[in-house]
Amino acid sequence: MANCPECEAEITIQGLIVGEIIYCPDCNAELEVLHLEPPAVALAPEVEEDWGE
Amino acid sequence: MRLAILTSRIRVEEKLLIDALTRRSIAHAIIDDGELLFDLSHPDERWQQYDAVLCRTVSQSRGLAVLNVLESWGVRVYNSAAVTATCNDKLLTTLALLRAGIPTPRTLLAFDAQQTIRGIEMLGYPVVLKPTTGSWGRLLARINDRDAAEAVLEHQETLGSYQHHIHYIQEHIAKPQRDIRAFVVGDRTICAIYRTSQHWVTNTARGAVASNCPVTPELDSLCVRAAQVVGGGILAIDVLEDPQRGLLVNEINATMEFRNSIAPTGVDIPNAMLDYVLSGVQEEVLR
Repeated sequence: MANCPECEAEITIQGLIVGEIIYCPDCNAELEVLHLEPPAVALAPEVEEDWGE
Repeated sequence: MRLAILTSRIRVEEKLLIDALTRRSIAHAIIDDGELLFDLSHPDERWQQYDAVLCRTVSQSRGLAVLNVLESWGVRVYNSAAVTATCNDKLLTTLALLRAGIPTPRTLLAFDAQQTIRGIEMLGYPVVLKPTTGSWGRLLARINDRDAAEAVLEHQETLGSYQHHIHYIQEHIAKPQRDIRAFVVGDRTICAIYRTSQHWVTNTARGAVASNCPVTPELDSLCVRAAQVVGGGILAIDVLEDPQRGLLVNEINATMEFRNSIAPTGVDIPNAMLDYVLSGVQEEVLR
């Protein structure tokens, strides 16, 4: 279990992949999975100008 | 067979590709572009363990840089650096399309605000101003009159980076509240969607709704030709329907997003991408 850095809600990361983008179920913050063991998430990086297809 | 997928973040598309690789029992590694450090004079042997690297990084500039390094080290990459460089830049894409005689909206280029106004008024209002780089419909401006033109240009000149001082002026196409996104893999258009929106910007990233678009022989031929003129590979072709001229190729995307296109088309896009990469690797082995 990880905690949302924005609202401290508990985040389940079972079955996820490092680098995956998820949304906090409580505050809807966009989060990036940093580690599976120990579980850790961080606020996902803001979209940059060169991001895209 | 061992593949690497280069990523910045794991989006739905990357998860679908990873799932497809896992289901096909293909060994693979996920490489985060943020963790890379290249000593350019000492090719890193670890890249030689991969038969191919599929670039899925969300940063166009990082992705292109990595592709250039890996290609120079003899690593097979998808899409190639040259293809990616052309598709990342709307000016280069337009020039490639024009050289091949592929129908595309009329486009002017200017650097000075006064010349840009002159160009806009040569085309006639409305026109579309776009940054030459960028994606997801960001920073597009439909210019309906001279007041808007002067305001947007002043903002670009004052607030924009040097890249925003290159003014790419495109005629506005009176499309029917939709455009077409066609997926070309190798020499075939595997499927296409309509992207429908009440807004004039019809990117799904901006809320457009995807529905199946039949791949007619005309659409297939146009899109395959467009893909080939930028070098070919795994590409998403954006097509506009002009009421008089018919289909016009607008842009080409080298790191295509497809999450919204599988359900309406019924086509397994990630597996089609992998089929193409694997066949390329196998051809290389047989050579």
